[in-house]
Amino acid sequence: MSMLHLVNKSPYENNNVSTASSTMRSDDVMLLIEDAVYAAVKGGKASTMLEGHKVSVLGPDLAARGIAEDKLASDVDVIDYAGFVDLVESNDKVQSWL
Amino acid sequence: MSDTKKFLYINRKAPYGTIYAWESLEVVLIGAAFEQDVSLAFMDDGVYQLMKGQDTSAIGMKNFSPTYAALGDYEITKIFVEKESLEERGLTLDDLQHLVWEDEDEDWAEKDSIRLVSRAELGDVMAEQDVLFNF
Amino acid sequence: MKLTIQINEGPYQHQSADSAYFFAKAALDKGHEIFRIFFYHDGVNNGTRLTTPPQDDRNIVSRWTELAQEHDIDMVLCVAAAQRRGIVDDGEAERNGKDATNIAPGFRISGLGQLVEGGIQSDRLVVFGD
Repeated sequence: MSMLHLVNKSPYENNNVSTASSTMRSDDVMLLIEDAVYAAVKGGKASTMLEGHKVSVLGPDLAARGIAEDKLASDVDVIDYAGFVDLVESNDKVQSWL
Repeated sequence: MSDTKKFLYINRKAPYGTIYAWESLEVVLIGAAFEQDVSLAFMDDGVYQLMKGQDTSAIGMKNFSPTYAALGDYEITKIFVEKESLEERGLTLDDLQHLVWEDEDEDWAEKDSIRLVSRAELGDVMAEQDVLFNF
Repeated sequence: MKLTIQINEGPYQHQSADSAYFFAKAALDKGHEIFRIFFYHDGVNNGTRLTTPPQDDRNIVSRWTELAQEHDIDMVLCVAAAQRRGIVDDGEAERNGKDATNIAPGFRISGLGQLVEGGIQSDRLVVFGD
């Protein structure tokens, strides 16, 4: 019974990435979209909250914000909207941390 | 009853500053008629929704906090409050409304609706659900 | 998979309506079914046909209308949220004595039960908001 944790806010604006990461169970996946993609930038204070979790980032939102993939923490998957749909399908439910 | 699902309404926003808390409660009340297995969770700023003693008379808004006390009448008896969120905010259960329901099977004995859970326990509760509602 | 999508924010102010749109399109492209798109809170503002964005910007409202018509998607604006925010169809105008309507083609106004039903009937509920 795995869950997809959808986060859309910058970790430098509010606690949603932190709340999501501390609620996640081992099979769960976190998907960073919109302003949450900033959480995946390597060396950023927030990237430590992603350690030990399965994390994907929405590529179109990264590109829009000028973040090249080589700026990301190494174990983060970059996916497109089709990949987003696949994650919704492969997990049993979706939790949107709004 | 294969068409009964486990619904969890997750409340993470404070009341009055934005409308999310009130409009989520409206979904919970309407949803009660669908006879699903419903639970509510309050975490992060959502715990402020349950504060005792709310008085909105001087801000021109409806005080909807009494509605939480009526949830038992809608057969909503599982209300999870996250411990860490309360503690971070300097609150205890005594700061919140005392929510109860009456157990028909035990001669209408009054029982507590609120269950204090840790974040890890709430994660387990979430994992057991079929549908998570977020507002 | 059968999906219900919930959108909690209006167009332009937040990216959520855009994210939801691209997600919906990708799901349809993959052959999934969208049971319903439910617009709640300020999300009901996605359904006003009076929106007039600048020519070089996307028209979020007509984009929804086209998607709904092309794929026969049920797009519902919550009635309580719509009444608060002045989104009106013929029925609402008559019931509440309003002198105009502004609902965009492809949308309908209905109750919150439609969201709950979406949760019951669909394999997944995906919520986009602020």
